[in-house]
Amino acid sequence: MIVLRDVSKIYNTRLGPKTVLDRVNLTIRPGQKLGVLGCNGAGKSTLIRMMSGAEQPSSGKIHRGMSISWPLAFTGGFQGSLTGADNLRFICRVYGADYARALPFVESFSELGHYFREPFKTYSSGMRARLAFAVSMAVDFDCFLIDEIIAVGDARFTQKCHDELLVKRGDRSIILVSHQPSTIRSLCDTAVLLVGGRLLSFDSMDGAFEFYDRLMTGGASPL
Amino acid sequence: MQTRLHPTPAAEGLGSEFSGSLLRSALIQLRVIHALVLREVITRYGRHNIGFAWLFLEPMLFTCGIATLWTMAKMTHGSSLPIVAFALTGYSSILLWRNCSNRCVKAIEPNLCLMFHRNVTALDVLLGRVVLEVIGASVSLTVLSLVFISLGWMAPPSNILIALQGWVMLAWFALSLSLLIGALSERSELVDRVWHIFTYLLFPLSGAAFLVEWLPSAAQKALLWLPMFHGVEMLRSGFFGGLIHPHYDAGYFAVANLSLMFLGLAATRQIRQHVQPE
Repeated sequence: MIVLRDVSKIYNTRLGPKTVLDRVNLTIRPGQKLGVLGCNGAGKSTLIRMMSGAEQPSSGKIHRGMSISWPLAFTGGFQGSLTGADNLRFICRVYGADYARALPFVESFSELGHYFREPFKTYSSGMRARLAFAVSMAVDFDCFLIDEIIAVGDARFTQKCHDELLVKRGDRSIILVSHQPSTIRSLCDTAVLLVGGRLLSFDSMDGAFEFYDRLMTGGASPL
Repeated sequence: MQTRLHPTPAAEGLGSEFSGSLLRSALIQLRVIHALVLREVITRYGRHNIGFAWLFLEPMLFTCGIATLWTMAKMTHGSSLPIVAFALTGYSSILLWRNCSNRCVKAIEPNLCLMFHRNVTALDVLLGRVVLEVIGASVSLTVLSLVFISLGWMAPPSNILIALQGWVMLAWFALSLSLLIGALSERSELVDRVWHIFTYLLFPLSGAAFLVEWLPSAAQKALLWLPMFHGVEMLRSGFFGGLIHPHYDAGYFAVANLSLMFLGLAATRQIRQHVQPE
């Protein structure tokens, strides 16, 4: 279980304090696949970083009852000047995973070819996504935090993610944030909406998508 | 305090063998620092030519250069002290805390991407850098001592335990200072700008180039407020034994280090709230 209780995050900006998350409450059960929908700047990435523990909330409590991945995003988690292989080695050491065992899987899943031994900063966003995803699968967590990265992949990558996450690791939890309902629809069983720092729950996925559609076309008031 | 969770179920089982999460947290912290040190070695020295041997060679070359200069300048001021050993002990101790603290200035920012991993904290990043510098300076001192002793340029330390105590306490001082400077430099640009000037100005005030005994007693009293004097004097007392009359107070040095470390840890903890991983 992961439980967020009244989690708020306030950033100090030049124009004064800005509330990015406002008393968010959320519970994630083992095996649950949760999609967090929100438009750009809604606080999705901030929410996922709070969950991972990479950042501390300004107030509120987060209980982590299972092992959680770092936020799989385009930036962060990898050192630009290190090669893909060296980054894998570092991450294996940090999480106490076996590098020799992880290496073949990551090398074949990420399909980086000789780029696997080139610096991470030379990678395209698709390559970064594949590497981040493969490394997190190799380390193996109870809960994977995914920040948009699946959305950039081609159909083949999406299919592979689907196989790894839903078929081989059906008992694990996923928290996927995206502004694209289609990505969430293909991988998640529940959806919540993040609007103006507040989290809105819905009884059904369709309810969430409908509300989101209306929000995007300007038809619904945020709260 | 928040427990650091082990990620894999297998490892989770392993962890439960140990009573108390403090020990498990300590093990994870050691693992993280180990990973950071090895990563630092690759990013700093690469895998080209002699690679990470530079970690020792650089301080060794520095120390040799200073030893040569001081020999030519007759820096022992007419005393009968062996100049090579005088330069080696003095310059090594200054290298220790200067390199550590300089490496920790603005050390957090280039590592922000790694702090996406919950278990990698600002404290770990700073500790990793200090560990590497302490290893470099210690190997440099040891190897150069052995070389100079075997060449007959200096005598073996008269009391190796006192020398070791001095060195370890200097490393403790270096660590505490580095945590404080490293954390403060993240909060204010000013620290970054001023610290390098400050270390240069501290050079003549570090006790590397003279013995406290040589000073008038008023100056002795004033300078012995600076903690690093006690370390150098202790180290030299271990090397020279009865040849010199050392001025140090291990108790004062320990209290000073403890206070500095407390401030350093508090400042490092503070930046945790401000860290925004990229």
